[in-house]
Amino acid sequence: MNTLREHRPVTTATALALLCLALGTWALASGSLTLGLGQVMDALRGAGPQGTQLVVLQWRLPRVATALVLGAALGVSGAIFQSLMRNPLGSPDIMGFNTGAYSGVLVALVLFPGNTLGTASAALLGGLITALAVYRLAWCNGISTLRLIIVALGVRALLVSFNTWVLVNGSLEATLSAGLWNAGSLNGMTWAKAVPALLCIAVALVASLALSLRLRLLEMGDDTASALGVPVERSRLVLLMLGVVLTAAATAIAGPISFVALAAPQIARRISPSQRLALPMAALTGALLLMAADLAAQRLFLPYQLHVGLITVSLGGLYLIGLLIRETRKR
Amino acid sequence: MSALPVPSRLWAEQLTLGYDDKIVARDLSVHIPDGELTVIIGPNACGKSTLLRTLSRLLQPSAGQVWLDGQAISRYPTKEVARRLSLLPQSSTAPADILVRDLVARGRYPHQGLFSRWHADDERAVQQAMTATGVAQLADKPVDTLSGGQRQRVWIAMVLAQETPLVLMDEPTTWLDIAHQIDLLELMRELNRDRGHTLVVVLHDLNHACRYATHLIAMRDGKVLASGAPKDIVTPALIQAVYGLACVIIEDPVAGTPMIVPVGR
Repeated sequence: MNTLREHRPVTTATALALLCLALGTWALASGSLTLGLGQVMDALRGAGPQGTQLVVLQWRLPRVATALVLGAALGVSGAIFQSLMRNPLGSPDIMGFNTGAYSGVLVALVLFPGNTLGTASAALLGGLITALAVYRLAWCNGISTLRLIIVALGVRALLVSFNTWVLVNGSLEATLSAGLWNAGSLNGMTWAKAVPALLCIAVALVASLALSLRLRLLEMGDDTASALGVPVERSRLVLLMLGVVLTAAATAIAGPISFVALAAPQIARRISPSQRLALPMAALTGALLLMAADLAAQRLFLPYQLHVGLITVSLGGLYLIGLLIRETRKR
Repeated sequence: MSALPVPSRLWAEQLTLGYDDKIVARDLSVHIPDGELTVIIGPNACGKSTLLRTLSRLLQPSAGQVWLDGQAISRYPTKEVARRLSLLPQSSTAPADILVRDLVARGRYPHQGLFSRWHADDERAVQQAMTATGVAQLADKPVDTLSGGQRQRVWIAMVLAQETPLVLMDEPTTWLDIAHQIDLLELMRELNRDRGHTLVVVLHDLNHACRYATHLIAMRDGKVLASGAPKDIVTPALIQAVYGLACVIIEDPVAGTPMIVPVGR
């Protein structure tokens, strides 16, 4: 059928995927014990010395896999939200859905200590309840996206003060671990910590990709989408929930990581303007961003290990300043 | 016109229409005759756009029912309605950087399953729609680079690619200059006459309506004051009743249809 035009985005996506793989492999090989490419490959196949296998499969791979999958989740979540809100600032971190996830974690950690069922489900629940509350509060004969964003900002402000209140009133121990979690970190990631949320993210990612065509039709306006046979309100609610699940699950593993959801879809758009592969491109860009940010957090200030959240926040600040400069130059 | 019910795939029965607390129409019944080019006219806020939105189930009536092929339209799955009836809304947003071909291709959405791929049928429909609207040579251009008239044709191509027997359009000629308006109206006539689509169009310009409609519905304050062929129903009295405008009706020297010449105050 169509030729060049369709191949270009596919080529770009493949290149991004390869870049992710290369960066991931490098992360597996480097560190305080430097390995060769052959050693890493052997370990991945389950061959080679026990010690190398332990380092690669149990110590480094969980962190690399988590960085890539979380990055993808945040990228897709951001792309869904920015598309639904028709606003590049309408990303889940700015709308406070990871604040809601954090509230869930705080309630679990501080108010019900000793509950091991886990931060993961608490974060998910927190994020989802926040989203439903926002949707319900913003509903008035349908949803206007601007109203939704403003309500979200209000709810976020409430949640921030709620979170502070919980932290002030909790026991020192619980508060410390909750505070640490709030930094957004992949340090000391293990399979046990990561797997439940990773599964959840995988399901949500597949569902998002299946609905990506509807997302693009919704961008043309509710009337047009509806005339083309998209059940508008239902699709929007489902997509919103998927976006929240992706953010909340990522938050559950690593704590709030800002900037990736905000910037990945925009950067993806710059790299490849075609909307055909918007979601996969946002996923790959997000994965690459978080992987790179985590490597920077590990390596930049050796022997000190930073939290990846710190890197992404700084990058986010620079990104916004850059945007502001560009916009003012245009005027 | 006879009093016998016209054969009709789409009709509305005793609708009450409104937004929030404001009632736009009460007890409104309308038949859309098959195979005709129906034009709805009436002053601003008479409920014509609201009626069109309700006929295409974008709006839920607070009472009454819209019937499509003998079944309440609200009982169809959304996609099934979109295979029988298409709508060109007053405004749509073209996604940034989208190419004409890709936008027109979106009209095939109701014919595609969740995971089904692009078929030869889809390609043919898109090609035909672009040819019919004269945008085939623009297929690989980004939509944002087109003129207003071209863009409107692309949107209509998208609607045609849906390949529905019923096509509804809400003020499609707004924003176009007079030459492009006539162009578009000719296209509608062609769709109706040569391709057998049933069209329902909301228009502002009375003379355009009289010239191109085969069936005219005149509305005021949420009521249908008259419906039928323009030649049969358009009289100075009707225009007075619908718009409160004194006028003289002469014969259009080109088309032979009624032509409204306002008298003024």
